[in-house]
Amino acid sequence: MDFQPSDDRRLLRDTLTRYLAEQYPLSHRNAVAYAAPYHDPVKWAEMADLGVLHALVPEARAGLGGAGFDIMTVFEVLGAALCPEPFLPAVMAVQMLDDLEPLLAGHRYGIGLTEVTAQGNSLSGRLSVVYGGNVADTLLAVADGALFAIATKDAKLSAYGMIDGGGACEVFLDNTTAIPVTEHANLAQAMDAGALALCAEAIGAMDTSFAMLTDYLKTRKQFGQTIGSFQAVQHRVVDLMTEIEQARSITILAASRFGTEEQTRAVSMAKSLVGRVAQQVSEEMIQLHGGIAMTWDHPASHYAKRLVMIDHQLGDSDAHLTRVAAHYSDT
Amino acid sequence: MDLSFSPAELAFRDEVRGFLAEALPAALAQKVRNGEALDKADFGQWHAILNAKGWLANTWPEAFGGTGWGPVQRHIFEEECCLAYAPRIVPFGLNMLGPVLIKFGTPEQQADRLPRILDGRDWWCQGYSEPNAGSDLASLRCAALRDGDHYVINGQKTWTSYGQFANKIFCLVRTATTGKPQAGISFVLVDLDTPGIEMRPIRLIEGGHEVNEVFFTDVRVPVANLVGEENQGWTIAKFLLGHERTNIAGVGYSVQAFEQLRVLACQPRDDSTRLIDDPLFAARLATIEIDIEAMKITNLRMLDNARRNGAPGPEASMLKIKGAVIRQSINDLARRALGPAAAPFPVEALDGNTALVPPDQARNAMRYFNNRKLSIFGGSNEIQRNILSKTMVGL
Repeated sequence: MDFQPSDDRRLLRDTLTRYLAEQYPLSHRNAVAYAAPYHDPVKWAEMADLGVLHALVPEARAGLGGAGFDIMTVFEVLGAALCPEPFLPAVMAVQMLDDLEPLLAGHRYGIGLTEVTAQGNSLSGRLSVVYGGNVADTLLAVADGALFAIATKDAKLSAYGMIDGGGACEVFLDNTTAIPVTEHANLAQAMDAGALALCAEAIGAMDTSFAMLTDYLKTRKQFGQTIGSFQAVQHRVVDLMTEIEQARSITILAASRFGTEEQTRAVSMAKSLVGRVAQQVSEEMIQLHGGIAMTWDHPASHYAKRLVMIDHQLGDSDAHLTRVAAHYSDT
Repeated sequence: MDLSFSPAELAFRDEVRGFLAEALPAALAQKVRNGEALDKADFGQWHAILNAKGWLANTWPEAFGGTGWGPVQRHIFEEECCLAYAPRIVPFGLNMLGPVLIKFGTPEQQADRLPRILDGRDWWCQGYSEPNAGSDLASLRCAALRDGDHYVINGQKTWTSYGQFANKIFCLVRTATTGKPQAGISFVLVDLDTPGIEMRPIRLIEGGHEVNEVFFTDVRVPVANLVGEENQGWTIAKFLLGHERTNIAGVGYSVQAFEQLRVLACQPRDDSTRLIDDPLFAARLATIEIDIEAMKITNLRMLDNARRNGAPGPEASMLKIKGAVIRQSINDLARRALGPAAAPFPVEALDGNTALVPPDQARNAMRYFNNRKLSIFGGSNEIQRNILSKTMVGL
């Protein structure tokens, strides 16, 4: 039993944290996150050079990580800095593609989460809310259980930003030429990896939020005293801290089960609990900051949005709870 | 990151499992499983079995007849005991006074008192709370006035668990009224057969007799029964709180209660439907299971910290808060699961032929009401939040 990160992961964490603090501060983040193309290709390439993508890929496939705790390490740091770059489709693509050379070189993907129809190598249908699809080099789509790749330039897109930052798009396929990749698309595995990544991202964002909140409570004064001195506030903060630790614990569990038979159930447990806690942290952060957290100019508002909207990605708290509960009927 | 126990720890777990399978009397486990009140003989029997094995004093160093276990071994032992439905070790002599005497007692006190705890000659109870000193323990008023070689104690203690089984009580008493309230408290050992002591039962919400109030009228206690220095009692009380906080999350109890509930819900009912197939119930159950799974890891993380830092830190308060809430939520769902069948009281009114539910479920309503105590005793959840706010958040 040992809950300390390995030296490699500690180094990765520290390196990426420092990079984002210097190169991707919130001012830059907001500039990127809320205006097309919702992506900074220079920073993306620099982060690829730092080895962030390699950390998501197993060593046996030319990467440097790929385990649950590698995914957790990367996404915690991304979440702490609210980085809007399309790493989510990257970690999902790792689970679905055999050839990862382009991905490791910084090739960007968008992933269709619902099936379309295939006629030979032509695909038709609509891929909806494709994260990062607006800047993807390649779109991955599933049809008849098989995986296809589409050059983004061949598809009709409607790109947009999202309320919590970052970009996505609708993809309209109409007999669009696609390249078959594999006969059996492992979308479920990609969804598990993505959900784990989102849990870790939420943990990072919650840690930053909690630190921001407690700093504020120690400095903001009303009635001649810091608002953190009021017990009505203190107890709520302690409950948040306790729930954040529970959320971290279940994410650690999910990371440890990644790649095992118990992966899906553990990931669903994590996604359900983290979704619940992240919304609680978001709402309490706004409430306890008071009016200032309602403003666009205060960082809390951007963390608050991300923490709530994470639950809208890859299955919300209730959907994953239902998956956990469905298991009982089989017993 | 490694969530698993080491090979040595796993071997220890197997050893504990093997021992419990062999040594835990089935009748005793059945009583625990059913949530029946255990009497003095039940506890005494289990203590004697553990003592014969050398595993009774698992918070004491080996030099004093303890196991010398670290926090991980203790955790494994406690988990396995919960899962096997072993009675809990009554903590007052073994987990509370024992470590206090080892840390603060004189060699005479240690030599005289510790063996009697181990072999069961002494059953200790705790005299801490008073009617007007609950969460605000430092305001206690039970007075010990020096008179030659004796203290003369006058006052009242309350919430004294299993006092009806005890022959000794350790008390926090007021030996000074000047300065800060914390500075005038001492820790003394009292024989319950001393003239002037009266123990009265308190009947609890579910009808049980676990706790008592104790009245002291001109009770003369030798000064030699003082532990540590006079007016050092608060320091001892704080030290003791740290010891009380091992297994504070009660994860083993949660796991066990959850499993009982899951099995119940899988039984076909009279109309041949099963509760587990009700999606709302299943969702409630899943919410609790997720909380338990997270709490298991939180518990191990803190254990890992305790191992690194030597003692559980203030974060143990988090385990206390959340652990209590989780256990209460299981009791709540287990009570609801029975519907109208949760009501018969006392449960003995129905026997094996007329019972509405299996014997291990019949006390679900009693358990629910009794375990409302979990978020009150040992420092209420509100007091724990005060502690965490100050120590962990810095507010």
